[in-house]
Amino acid sequence: MNHSVFRLTLPILFGYLPLGMAFGVLFATQLDYAWWIAPLMGVVIFAGAGQILAVSLLAANAGLVEVFVAMFVLNARHLFYGLSLLGQFRGAGWRKVYLIFGLTDETYSLLTSRPRGPDRAHEQTVDFRITAFNQGYWVIGCALGALLADNVAFNSTGIEFALVALFIVLTIEQLKALGDSLPVWLGAAAAGVAMIALPPAHQLIGAIAIVTAILLLHYRRIRGEQSSEGEVNRG
Amino acid sequence: MAESTYIAAFIAVAAVATFATRVIPFLFFERHTEHPLIQHLGRYLPAAVMALLATVFLQRSGSWTADLPGFDALIPGLLVVAVHLWQRNALLSIAAGTASYMVIQQAGVV
Repeated sequence: MNHSVFRLTLPILFGYLPLGMAFGVLFATQLDYAWWIAPLMGVVIFAGAGQILAVSLLAANAGLVEVFVAMFVLNARHLFYGLSLLGQFRGAGWRKVYLIFGLTDETYSLLTSRPRGPDRAHEQTVDFRITAFNQGYWVIGCALGALLADNVAFNSTGIEFALVALFIVLTIEQLKALGDSLPVWLGAAAAGVAMIALPPAHQLIGAIAIVTAILLLHYRRIRGEQSSEGEVNRG
Repeated sequence: MAESTYIAAFIAVAAVATFATRVIPFLFFERHTEHPLIQHLGRYLPAAVMALLATVFLQRSGSWTADLPGFDALIPGLLVVAVHLWQRNALLSIAAGTASYMVIQQAGVV
């Protein structure tokens, strides 16, 4: 099973190692803390953009309330991820807390896109390993970056595009699985609106809020049509 | 506050804030898993989020002030789509797109 999990998470490895290293290098060059604080943050926080923001907050000696608000707002898009995983994580027992803890953009993308069999407990075990592998890559990246700082020899400029490519591939897979292109167009359009109307720090949460609002309207319309036909769709 | 106390408190607060964003839906909506609205969001939201993540990060990967604005990201992006529609092998599509993006960025060809 670990072999197939490794294959599945390989794109994340290519994305998380360089991104984690970028964070580690930033941490080591901007701050005076011990190097191992960087991987420690990868272990207990596990959020790419959040940790990079944390470096600037640490550099500014930010107050703890400010830290809480800034981290919460930056990561607020995760609020919407859980909504579509309520059923999938149900009954996962002790694993559930970790599955929820590890819900990064990339983990969410893999967990919602991969094909699932009828054996729920088995699938949750796979979900758990995917999350753990991803966090492993991230923590290793954070540690390497902080240790090596400015001695990185390999020119890896651009390797982080692996994550963009992963999102593109998963969009195509979602499209094929769903057989309905509407949400894909809605998502792209919401991203376009958010990128025009909002500063970069708020674009993701803005786009997700827009698309969720539109899906609520879509739901109301479908329900209206269905109740006039006298049937209720429970999926 | 001593430096070590500050960094410990900082990490704890950052970790709690991040975890809060992830756990809140499970705390407040757990009992409504079978609700048709939750089912609706569960069906459509992932595809929409994937498309918007792809759009936003593709835009951020490109240099839009170049002579051919955004082509340095759009060409690798289209390559990913083409290779994936052709072979439907996720790793191959991602490797092709990433390699072409790295070449473009490092050689500065577009």
